[in-house]
Amino acid sequence: MFVINCPFCGEREQSEFKAGGEAHILRPKQPTELSDDEWAEYLFMRKNIKGIQFERWNHTHGCRKWFNIARDTSNDEIKVVYKMGEKPPSI
Amino acid sequence: MTKNLRVNTGKAIDETYRISFKFNGSTYYGFKGDTLASALLANDVHLVGRSFKYHRPRGIMTAGSEEPNAIVQLHDNSSRTEPNVRATEVEIYEGLEATSQNCWPSVNFDIGGINNLLSPLLPAGFYYKTFMWPASFWKNYEYFIRRSAGLGKSPTKPDPDVYEHRYIHCDVLVIGSGISGIMAAKIAAKNGFKTLLVDEKPNLGGSTIYQESNYFKINNQNSGSWLEKEINEIKKLKNLEIKTRTSVAAYHGYNFLLARENLTDHLPIEQRKGKTRHKLLKIRAKKVISATGSIERPMIFDNNDRPGILLSSAIKKYADFFGVACGKKNIFLTNNDSAYETTISLIQKGINVEAIVDNREEVDSKLLYEVEKNNVKIFKGYTVTNTFGYKRINKISIMQISNDGQNVLGSKIYLACDCLGVSGGWTPAVHLFTQSGGKLKFRNEDQTFIPNIYPSDQLSIGACNGDLTLDEILINTPNSLKQFFKIKNTEYDRLEIISSTNKSKRNIWLLPSDKVIGKTKSFVDYQNDATAKDIKLALREGFRSIEHVKRYTTTGMGTDQGKLGNMHALGIISETAGAKMGELGTTTFRPPYTPLTFGTIVGRNVGEYFDIFRKTPIHDFHVENNAEFENVGQWKRAWYYPKENENMHQAVQRESKAARESAGILDASTLGKIDIQGTDASEFLNRVYTNAWSKLAIGKCRYGLMLNEDGMVYDDGVTTRLDENHYIMTTTTGGAANVMGKLEDYLQTEWPELDVYLTSVTDHFATVSVCGPNSKKIVSKVIPDLNFSDESFPHMSFKNTKIGKINCRVMRISFTGEHSYEINIQANYGKSVWEKCMEAGKHHNITPYGTETMHLLRAEKGFIIVGQDTDATMTPIDLQMDWIVSKKKYDFIGKRSLYRSDTIRDDRKQLVGILTEDPNEVLEEGAQIIADVNKSPIEMLGHITSSYYSPNLKKSIALGVVRGGKNMMGQKLIIPMEKKNINVTVTDPVFLDKENKRLNA
Ligand SMILES: [Zn+2]
Repeated sequence: MFVINCPFCGEREQSEFKAGGEAHILRPKQPTELSDDEWAEYLFMRKNIKGIQFERWNHTHGCRKWFNIARDTSNDEIKVVYKMGEKPPSI
Repeated sequence: MTKNLRVNTGKAIDETYRISFKFNGSTYYGFKGDTLASALLANDVHLVGRSFKYHRPRGIMTAGSEEPNAIVQLHDNSSRTEPNVRATEVEIYEGLEATSQNCWPSVNFDIGGINNLLSPLLPAGFYYKTFMWPASFWKNYEYFIRRSAGLGKSPTKPDPDVYEHRYIHCDVLVIGSGISGIMAAKIAAKNGFKTLLVDEKPNLGGSTIYQESNYFKINNQNSGSWLEKEINEIKKLKNLEIKTRTSVAAYHGYNFLLARENLTDHLPIEQRKGKTRHKLLKIRAKKVISATGSIERPMIFDNNDRPGILLSSAIKKYADFFGVACGKKNIFLTNNDSAYETTISLIQKGINVEAIVDNREEVDSKLLYEVEKNNVKIFKGYTVTNTFGYKRINKISIMQISNDGQNVLGSKIYLACDCLGVSGGWTPAVHLFTQSGGKLKFRNEDQTFIPNIYPSDQLSIGACNGDLTLDEILINTPNSLKQFFKIKNTEYDRLEIISSTNKSKRNIWLLPSDKVIGKTKSFVDYQNDATAKDIKLALREGFRSIEHVKRYTTTGMGTDQGKLGNMHALGIISETAGAKMGELGTTTFRPPYTPLTFGTIVGRNVGEYFDIFRKTPIHDFHVENNAEFENVGQWKRAWYYPKENENMHQAVQRESKAARESAGILDASTLGKIDIQGTDASEFLNRVYTNAWSKLAIGKCRYGLMLNEDGMVYDDGVTTRLDENHYIMTTTTGGAANVMGKLEDYLQTEWPELDVYLTSVTDHFATVSVCGPNSKKIVSKVIPDLNFSDESFPHMSFKNTKIGKINCRVMRISFTGEHSYEINIQANYGKSVWEKCMEAGKHHNITPYGTETMHLLRAEKGFIIVGQDTDATMTPIDLQMDWIVSKKKYDFIGKRSLYRSDTIRDDRKQLVGILTEDPNEVLEEGAQIIADVNKSPIEMLGHITSSYYSPNLKKSIALGVVRGGKNMMGQKLIIPMEKKNINVTVTDPVFLDKENKRLNA
């Protein structure tokens, strides 16, 4: 169980948070103009990489804010935490 | 058996305090401070159990938590009984009762022992190979396996003890209180770190505390005496907390550790009342220091498992610490200096040592010279080739080892003994380190894995870090600690050390024998009866990965996780397969390091505290009125209200009729309620629901369906427009929290530009729903000032009003198809409003109904329940709810998915009504639906999702999903059941009042 540094509350136990999958997958602005394949790309395709992964997390048992983290999935090390809307840092 | 092998007062023993206990029904005596193992050995009891597969007699092998054989059942047949307890860890107390496990009918005569004779038929993978076919025989196999194998018995009565969980945050956690752990704790605490020191044993000091030899000195004192002074000093330190009888079970990432603090297991049962038995400590430490020591290795030779064969270090501890001689004629087999250390201890205490069989040919060691002076015969370059004696070792045979270590030479010598100590060198206890994600490296000199890369802020010191001699520990530990704490010096920087161990070692994983491998029983894993032969067989059969060999041979899969034999298994694999040890790696050590009881894991979360449950403000009424309850999410919902002798069916039929014929009342407080405000509230609803919301007038209600982006139905409910920019949304009971989370997610991440605020108000309102033809009369009595005329207050509208002085919201909405009202009022007035309605409806037979009747009534109307009639594969189109999907809206969540190639298929499963040919036949929910019984394989078309006997229609009704069902109206289908096939017809899902006349009745 790791410790996450919520950008709004500070360091808290992982059990206060909920994972929300891969970050930086924007909902298309005009879904109706997409082909089946393009829509499926948005809907289903996720990377699930071994290594540094950008992820969405929600402080469900705290401030309830969503934010992003860069986590090394091989050892759970969280490299950086940043707010929604901010650009992913280069790592 | 009344022999007493007590040689003198051991360090731990209080000879003035005698304790009686029972083992396998016989009474024995020990002293305060004894473990069950030391007390049994003092009584000359070595045979304590039978092995798992072959039922071979087994004795105590170790003096610690690594014990594979001496596992016992405590207090059999009592509520406190506990299986798989290591006798080496049980502290005796007056009244202790222990029995051997895994033997039937008794440890001395065990029927399963025949497996030993059959052992050529029980090779590696035996269970996989034998008990596979035919599948129908499994029942018989299972009985046989459980009867003859079983590892102890679980308790059948409720656990009378209390367990707790405690969170601990500290700067430094030190695991293990041997010499290096004590040094680390002292330095940490003295440098201002808030420190916690834990040790699994009842006392501090590890194995150094009973070291009284002149060959091991610190600052001119025996190392044991030196350490005792250190311990007395650290006990005075303010920011150091010390916990004994506390074993770390798990070491997770980010320095999160679980430990079990044992508070009462060493007390007589009558003294345990009112005390917490175990505490599960959840420790988050900024820094962790592992000082977990090392475990002595056994040696692998023919019949190396007989009672009376112990680790050399265990024999030393029993003598020095407990004052117990394990035998009167001791022999040691060793490949290093450790057995000489033990021998010197025994000689000091007057315990006879006959001989030492040393694998090494040349040894230049002070300890050896001392032993030689005492006329102990030393066989250099020899190994034990076999042992004799069924229930206790009585003889060994030894032979010379060839230069390459692969063969034996010369003639066989037989030596009589009653105890054989073995020392195969030491294995650093890196279990916790690897659990934390640490990476090991292989050290060739002594064939050990030692910590290499730390995954978190932690340090391994002492024997677990590969420092296996006193001088290495005392020199390296202060240096490591200085770096770790970034300090310049420690009080241990200039110790004077005498350490006489010679580090030479001759490591042979599988000792040579004069027999061929197939004829020997050389045990690698004692608890699971895995032999060297089994491992070689697995390799011959093609297994290569150590993880596969482990599972196939069950090596290391016992409750001890192979703490003794895993290294030998690796060694044998490495030698046989010609792979390097370092490249093979180790098998994964998983938590817990030593077993935990379920009680410890659940702590106080038992009985009514097992899970959170939520009660509505009207709950007490339901209880007083005999309701049966149903769990819906965390809510306790009234399910039905049986009267006197009614069963569930009768109660539900009565409630259903009453609701349609006059009036019913339902506690709907559990429905999720989300308050939505903001200038973009309407736009927000447009995006999250499938239908349009902008034109909903203030004061009106609308049913909405919410999808996932994949187009599948997620939740539903009625939302009311309270004001221009103010809505109240209701969700399903079970979906409330998830819907709230989903809405927040979209608002924060996809549509942050929307001016919308969400507040969960589920708990703030109680909801009383009154339905039926007399509902208007009843509710207007409760709220006399409100105009209930259909013109002023039509279906799907809402009124702000008051009951007395209390504000409330009344919605005229219906989930039953009846004319009905929902009164929402501040939660703490809920019960009072409910009772007012009951009073007002007294003359109209107002009938409280539960969730089951609600489900029945809505099924008569063909209304879906999300999660019952839908799973995550149903679109609104599949539900025949096309009417609720806006064609005009440009976008809403899930819209694009409604015309993916998959979702527009005609042959998707679609919701339909199902009527049975026999109107009294009620279908089973979940039953399969087919068209043709003769077709093979039978084609499954769908299944029944809801099914009831409708008292209002006087027939059985059901909803179901059927492939292509939309176009099958009137078609005959079959429900195949175990005993018969039931004929059914596909119909429209609305069974009652298709014209919705009752809503305004
Ligand atoms: Zn937060």
